[in-house]
Amino acid sequence: MIFKKLFKRMLKSIDIVALHLEDFFAEVGKYGKLLWWSVLSLTDFSTYGENTIKRMKFIGIRSLPIVFLTAAFMGMVEAVQVLYSLEDRAPYYLVGSVVVESIILELGPVLTALILAGRVGASIAAEVGTMRVTEQIDALEVIGFNPVAYLVVPTLIAGLVMVPVLTMFANVVGSISGWLISILTVNLSTAEFLKGARRFFLSWDLTYGLIKSAVFGFFISANAAYVGFFTTGGAEGVGKATTRSVVLSCVMILILDYFMAQFLLKIGY
Amino acid sequence: MIEIENLWKSFNSNQVLTGLQLNIHDGESLVVIGKSGSGKSVLLKLMIGLLKPERGKIRIEREDIVGMGFRDLQKIRRRFGFVFQAAALFDSLTVAENVGLALRKFFHYSEGKIEHRIRECLAFVDLEGAENKYPAELSGGMKKRVGVARAIATYPQYILFDEPTTGLDPETAENINQLIVKLKNEMEVTSVVVTHDMHSAFTVGDRIVLLHDGKIEVEGSPTEIRKMVHPEVQKFLIGYTLNQY
Repeated sequence: MIFKKLFKRMLKSIDIVALHLEDFFAEVGKYGKLLWWSVLSLTDFSTYGENTIKRMKFIGIRSLPIVFLTAAFMGMVEAVQVLYSLEDRAPYYLVGSVVVESIILELGPVLTALILAGRVGASIAAEVGTMRVTEQIDALEVIGFNPVAYLVVPTLIAGLVMVPVLTMFANVVGSISGWLISILTVNLSTAEFLKGARRFFLSWDLTYGLIKSAVFGFFISANAAYVGFFTTGGAEGVGKATTRSVVLSCVMILILDYFMAQFLLKIGY
Repeated sequence: MIEIENLWKSFNSNQVLTGLQLNIHDGESLVVIGKSGSGKSVLLKLMIGLLKPERGKIRIEREDIVGMGFRDLQKIRRRFGFVFQAAALFDSLTVAENVGLALRKFFHYSEGKIEHRIRECLAFVDLEGAENKYPAELSGGMKKRVGVARAIATYPQYILFDEPTTGLDPETAENINQLIVKLKNEMEVTSVVVTHDMHSAFTVGDRIVLLHDGKIEVEGSPTEIRKMVHPEVQKFLIGYTLNQY
């Protein structure tokens, strides 16, 4: 009797897991289909050209203040903490090495991506989701437009191009703010800071950081466009889509960060 | 001509259309009535390929659109105008940009000619001077009229109206009805109007069909429908008669 009950519970659990797996693979399939449709839509330049410029301005120029603020404080905090760790244990010029390397390799790309997943991802998911629930995407199709070329392709291109540009900007701002804190709080000269910065610098590090940011940028845009494009359930659905886009992008950024560190750094070395 | 043959459509376990048959003749104004959830809007979206049926054929000028590829479908869609229930205007574009969007993409017109056509369409719906307004600045009735202007901008052969008078006050609803009649008389387009507003149906329709249990249950001219004793038609007529008082 007990075994029969246990067996029934086990079957029920397997059933639930199978259903979740089925949903997961269906979502992955839909996501892949949307990306493939985007690739096919690349020929429709007249539909996505103008919107791509608009999206680039939105992702790039309008994100400058928040990226500047994040990068400036990131560099300052990094410098303060490194100086604290080096005190009486190692020469201060090493602050240049640690600050610049950690910003280029990790903090610049990851923090910029996380900030943009919130600011840009949420906004795009809400915009596209609202267009879906108010039938604006259907209206686009009805008047003969390819909605993927009009909405998704510009978002993907803008994310792929502008996130690395913003990351470069964050790297520069973060390094400058780290240098400023270093020369203002301890008796370190600019030449010593630069000596440290050059000590462990490899040009591949910069390339690695930019590859990471391009991948993050692509997925922030793709996630936002995907959840927005398939939003259902009115205003509540738009709210859920927005949250989903941000959570999905943040989790993907952290996971992809690990895997790219594992594989790309080995290639570069 | 639009020919619909043995059309089946369901959403999960909800069977909406069950072998629907319907022919829409060139130049006529067909009204589809039916209670909420009977599949009227689904039928419109199937006719324009926004939804795919499980079974059946939808022939537009003898071309079956079921199973048609995206690009071919886009060509067919250019013969249609669609007026959505909530207008579905593009929020980020002005009224003029909404009306001119398809013209700029698919018509090799000069900018002057496009602007002239936009003004012409807005004049047709009595919205001269609203070119630079955004949808958020318009009332419900104005949005519907911009929706009509956008639908007629590309000289469509067929116009589909999804609940054109729903949510409007009686005066604005009557204006929309008169606009649909004006479209039929002046532009000779084929119209399909989905509604449960019997006053609207009698005002704009040449032929009225009742969608019930996934099929066309009855059909006839407005005069014939008024005399019908069919219980489902009677439900609509009683509601209409009560509204008259």
